[in-house]
Amino acid sequence: MPEPLAWQIATVTAIRAETPEVSSFTLALPAWRAHRAGQHYDVRLTALDGYKAQRSYSIASPPSRAGEVDLTIERIADGEVSPYFHDVVEVGDRVELRGPIGGYFVWEPALGGPLLLIAGGSGVVPLMAMLRERASADPRPAAVLLHSSRTYEDVIYRDELDALAGDAGLRVIQTLTRSQPPGWHGYARRIDKPMLAEAIAASGAQPLVYICGPTLLVEAAANGLVELGVPPVQVRTERFGPTS
Amino acid sequence: MTDRFVSRGFVGRTHEDGDKARVPPGQYLTDSFPVLSAGPTPQIPLDSWEFSIEGLVRSPMRWSWQEFTALPSRDWTVDISCVTKWTKLDTRWHGVSLDDLLAAVEMDPRARFVTAHSFGGYTTNLPLTDLLNNQAFVAWQYDGAPLEPAHGGPARLVVPHLYLWKSAKWVRGLRLHEEDEPGFWESLGYHNRGDPWREERYSGD
Amino acid sequence: MDDPMVLDANAVAGDLAELFGFELTAAAHRCAHCGNVAAVGTLLAWTQGPGVTLRCSGCRGVVVRIVRTPSRTYLDVSGASYLEIRAR
Repeated sequence: MPEPLAWQIATVTAIRAETPEVSSFTLALPAWRAHRAGQHYDVRLTALDGYKAQRSYSIASPPSRAGEVDLTIERIADGEVSPYFHDVVEVGDRVELRGPIGGYFVWEPALGGPLLLIAGGSGVVPLMAMLRERASADPRPAAVLLHSSRTYEDVIYRDELDALAGDAGLRVIQTLTRSQPPGWHGYARRIDKPMLAEAIAASGAQPLVYICGPTLLVEAAANGLVELGVPPVQVRTERFGPTS
Repeated sequence: MTDRFVSRGFVGRTHEDGDKARVPPGQYLTDSFPVLSAGPTPQIPLDSWEFSIEGLVRSPMRWSWQEFTALPSRDWTVDISCVTKWTKLDTRWHGVSLDDLLAAVEMDPRARFVTAHSFGGYTTNLPLTDLLNNQAFVAWQYDGAPLEPAHGGPARLVVPHLYLWKSAKWVRGLRLHEEDEPGFWESLGYHNRGDPWREERYSGD
Repeated sequence: MDDPMVLDANAVAGDLAELFGFELTAAAHRCAHCGNVAAVGTLLAWTQGPGVTLRCSGCRGVVVRIVRTPSRTYLDVSGASYLEIRAR
């Protein structure tokens, strides 16, 4: 019988910068429960006067690491919670969390594949959890990640994705929408139907599709896929709201 | 057990309290204009926009956009308070007063309550007396420019002395009744009248 | 639809789980307006408002509304003609 969802106080045990605007925070949880890739934790901040702010952050780490989770958080300039994480939080600080949460935007090996994962910006976080989970799956389904970022420096998990390029069953398609470094071989524009068509062709028959990122990107991608013939019931979305 | 937990160093973005005489209890001042909604922003072409007043009136009226914006109108500078705790001072609008609109339909003496209806299905209810005597208007301009869809354009009801959920965005008309009919939020826990100076946020307040 | 603020029901999954005692977004529902049967997770969420409104991704009809006050939570699920929850 699953325990009821309750707030608990976690402790920050590590902070790692992923990009100039994005960091991963490792949190040790007294009441940790194994999560599923794609799930998130709700984070709640409380000020001295009782004022509260709450946000949801996707879990980046796979469930094999017992007792702790990594939350990868992008600093939103006029945000309320993410600047606190980036500007104030130190190792040893305590953070109130509730989770793991999510029963729909989740993937586990039993669901099979192939996988078509489409990410905009920090939308890559839950999809990375899925890829990390996939890495230890047997059999390992084929997967395509279509990943949109603003610049080369903004690509979250860039080195890890490069290292995964050796995996014959995983194809990573990158697009940089704002500027590209010299010698860039990937796409240089927003996700559009030709890019989606290439991703579909690379992913094989009847993929399970997960799309995560800013709302407008998610909708454009979902609509594009359906127009290209992907059955809507195969497409799961997680909208993050306005673009940062 | 977590009730007393405080996040070290977290202040929250809100806290300029401002002039107590102008900021209702429990509210904070904002310079921005947050966008709040219960559904998709309606996109209404002006040539199909209409405003109607129906129900307990002698002469139900319907105005097209051209007719409506040709009515006698004026500038309004008012303070607005949202039940989500932000207050914005000195907001500038342009539109037509409810007194002028209601005068055109000759209200039935049995009419005591009004339901405002919006494109997209939103409703809110008010006592008729809260709309009279220069207390309310329908605005099509904000801050000197056409009212943006996100903030309720083409036109919205503005009732500044009540919480902003009563100022129905995308308003399409009013219906006058003898009995009160709780609207979208009033039927699910929000206060029936919503006076910010009495902090009438929720039913039972 | 070009509303950049809309989210998925997943955004309120924690609040729903707290109310129901179990995860709801994987459950199926039937939209009372258009009859569409889909996971609760497919509902579109407007969370910036006096309350939360969840709408059918097909017809945009209101399926769920949630209002949280300091003392209680109001939940209107009249826009769902049923919820279908798998046995655990």
